[in-house]
Amino acid sequence: MNKILRAFFLTEIVKGFLLTLKYMFFVPRVTINYPHEKGPLSPRFRGEHALRRYPDGTERCIACKLCEAACPALAITIEAEEQEDGSRRTTRYDIDMTKCIYCGLCQEACPVDAIVEGPNFEYATETREELYYNKEKLLDNGDRWEAQLAANIAKDSGYS
Amino acid sequence: MPKITINDMEIEVEQGTSILQAAEQLGVEIPRFCYHDKLSVAANCRMCLVEVEGGPPKPVASCAMACGDGMVVHTDSDKVKKARKGVMEFLLINHPLDCPVCDQGGECDLQDQAVAYGFDRSRYNEEKLVVSDNDYGPLIGTVMTRCINCTRCVRFAEEIAGTPVLGQFNRGENAKVGTFIGELLDTELSGNLIDVCPVGALTSKPYAYKARSWELTKTETIDVHDALGCNIRVDSRGREVMRILPRLNEDINEEWIDDRSRFSYDGLAYGRIDRPYIRDKESGRLLETSWEEAFTVISDKLKGVKGDNIAALAGDLVDVESMVAMKDLMTSLGSNNIDCRTDGAVFSTENRSSYLFNSTIAGIDDADAILLIGVDPRHEATMVNARIRKNWLEKKIPISLIGREVDLTYPYEHLGTSPKDLEKLIKQYAGKVTAKKPMMIVGSGVFAREDGLEIHSLLHKAAEELGIIKKGWNGFNILHSAASRVGGLDVGFLPKEGGKGFSDIVAGTKDGSIEALFLLGADEFNAHVNIGWKSFVIYQGHHGDHAAQRADIILPAAAYTEKDGIYVNTEGRPQMSHKAVGPVGAAKADWAIIREMSEYVGAKPLPYNSQLELRTRIYKEWAIFKKMDEVTPAKWSGFFCKGKLSKDDFTLPVQNYYMNNPICRASKTMAQCAKAFTKQKELEEAA
Repeated sequence: MNKILRAFFLTEIVKGFLLTLKYMFFVPRVTINYPHEKGPLSPRFRGEHALRRYPDGTERCIACKLCEAACPALAITIEAEEQEDGSRRTTRYDIDMTKCIYCGLCQEACPVDAIVEGPNFEYATETREELYYNKEKLLDNGDRWEAQLAANIAKDSGYS
Repeated sequence: MPKITINDMEIEVEQGTSILQAAEQLGVEIPRFCYHDKLSVAANCRMCLVEVEGGPPKPVASCAMACGDGMVVHTDSDKVKKARKGVMEFLLINHPLDCPVCDQGGECDLQDQAVAYGFDRSRYNEEKLVVSDNDYGPLIGTVMTRCINCTRCVRFAEEIAGTPVLGQFNRGENAKVGTFIGELLDTELSGNLIDVCPVGALTSKPYAYKARSWELTKTETIDVHDALGCNIRVDSRGREVMRILPRLNEDINEEWIDDRSRFSYDGLAYGRIDRPYIRDKESGRLLETSWEEAFTVISDKLKGVKGDNIAALAGDLVDVESMVAMKDLMTSLGSNNIDCRTDGAVFSTENRSSYLFNSTIAGIDDADAILLIGVDPRHEATMVNARIRKNWLEKKIPISLIGREVDLTYPYEHLGTSPKDLEKLIKQYAGKVTAKKPMMIVGSGVFAREDGLEIHSLLHKAAEELGIIKKGWNGFNILHSAASRVGGLDVGFLPKEGGKGFSDIVAGTKDGSIEALFLLGADEFNAHVNIGWKSFVIYQGHHGDHAAQRADIILPAAAYTEKDGIYVNTEGRPQMSHKAVGPVGAAKADWAIIREMSEYVGAKPLPYNSQLELRTRIYKEWAIFKKMDEVTPAKWSGFFCKGKLSKDDFTLPVQNYYMNNPICRASKTMAQCAKAFTKQKELEEAA
């Protein structure tokens, strides 16, 4: 009986409209105006990769190949050689972003905080080829995002 | 024999066995750094501490403590664990934590044992020691700060390599391993220091920072730089050979290999022939061509040429299969002119025992007197030299040499330089030799002269009269210097009845009696100078070396790391080599090229379509190949040849150890070595 009455007076639809009205006029807005506004990101957010440099401009990466070994998707390819100054550096550092599963094991494995997954998640491309990152692209990412990367690592450093 | 209990397991061991060796026999693992089963015991790392019940009230070093009857040993008691943890912490005090940049990372004893037996943090906050690096030449890189002073390298250089130039200086905190002032680490075995070093203090310079052990594909195969067939492991990544390491084989190379085998791999990447070439008649230049065209040109050239006017020579790095295929092809062309002795050697090949290393390489350990004739084992077969040195070190056996005086890392009596001196020796000592197992090692260079057969006869006489041939002992040893030689002799890649041998073939290219010449990887006789211009030369090989300069047609072949093949070493031991990487460009395995060529030339195509079918043919005809990796003893039979002996001195086949074959000559590392180690005088002599 009750059920029939509720159905007859459309109470559920009214309730629904009331909720809509409540969110329209009385509750603060929860959606954001992307891309002009963006939501908050954790310092541990795992976005696009970057290779960092030391403040004096030398590459951090020492070609130890631990990230390559740790990568479960086999997305990283490294080749290395002794440099003229005798240091150990990569001659090739490729990440196939189409293979990457963003697990973060590479930055976990890195002993010198060189490879990191930064806060950038807006790097959609029109072609697949653009997602095969090379060393140049990764270092460029590092230079671009360094301030934020360093800040994030500093924020997270107390919890390791 | 003492009976000892280790971790409640009893074992009876031979007198003088150390606790560590006894534990090894039981399969109980005891960690160690300084102990190495081929080197003397130093007992200075203290990692192998164990507890002996009823013994001293402190843990003992198990590598230096001999087993005593009734000993009860514990290797995993709390006391032992605590002691190991302590030792590990001390070792790590001055060891830098630079594993990420260290080439040993991933295959480091210290790393592994620190994880297994160490403490998970350091209590040491003071400054660490920094040690200056040493210069060990172009092969070995040093980071002496990583050294844990186990002195394995010092003992290796002194005992195995016989170049006592390494030592430990100062004491306590200042202890440092280094070379004595001004001494270069001049040994052909230096690469083994890298394997012996348990940490990353000594690493390979050519391999520096190139790859990690875990990303390499490991292929177990056979070395071809000398005639010993040392067992090696080729580590490759993708299509590139990254490094070469020795593989344990107690019968041949124990666990060492020489520097040429280990470091010449970079030659596999340079100077390669990657496609067929044909020489343009007018300009004399080599032009690229296709396989089909190359074969067609060969078949056109051979049309109407009589079998007697065709010849084939097989070089030093060729496998048995391709020699058999080439032999079959020549038979179908009606030619008897084939030879594998491209060093110009002439000797009797009727009986196997007269060209083999009969006592086997392991037999050197039993010998109690050694006569070296016209041989420089240090450069012709470094592992044989290491064996002789090992025997000399243990038993101080008498060693004498007839031939050019060379530094062999052990003392010997120099008895002369020519066949005359050998005759004198026979006269003086015939029937008077008291040694029970005397041995004679003859270099392949002694036959590379006109009176080769007479010398062979003289050597047989010497062997019989000096008691080198006895019941149960055959010490008549020919030490070949080319990997393909014994295989070639075994399958009869030799001039058949009425056929021409090496020197006649080469002469025939000048006077026109040889119209077409097949060179199967034959590079070793300065082909570009020695081959005349009256014959059509077809070269099949992997490097653009001497022969390619002269060739009219070049067919690209696979190098030894790029094909499966059988090689017979100087003892007569057939061994299988395996393909580690793919061939370069359009190159193919030698036997496959010959098989394909037989479609165009000869009476009819060769009757095998796969390597397996070819091998079946080989197994059927020659029984020794049925027993892979084993030596089939050859029965001794005398040989006599009457003729006049020349008075010339014996010569050595290996002039420049680091530049001995096309692979070495293409290698940058070998060039650096030749520059660093070969004295200027020797270089001038070679030139």
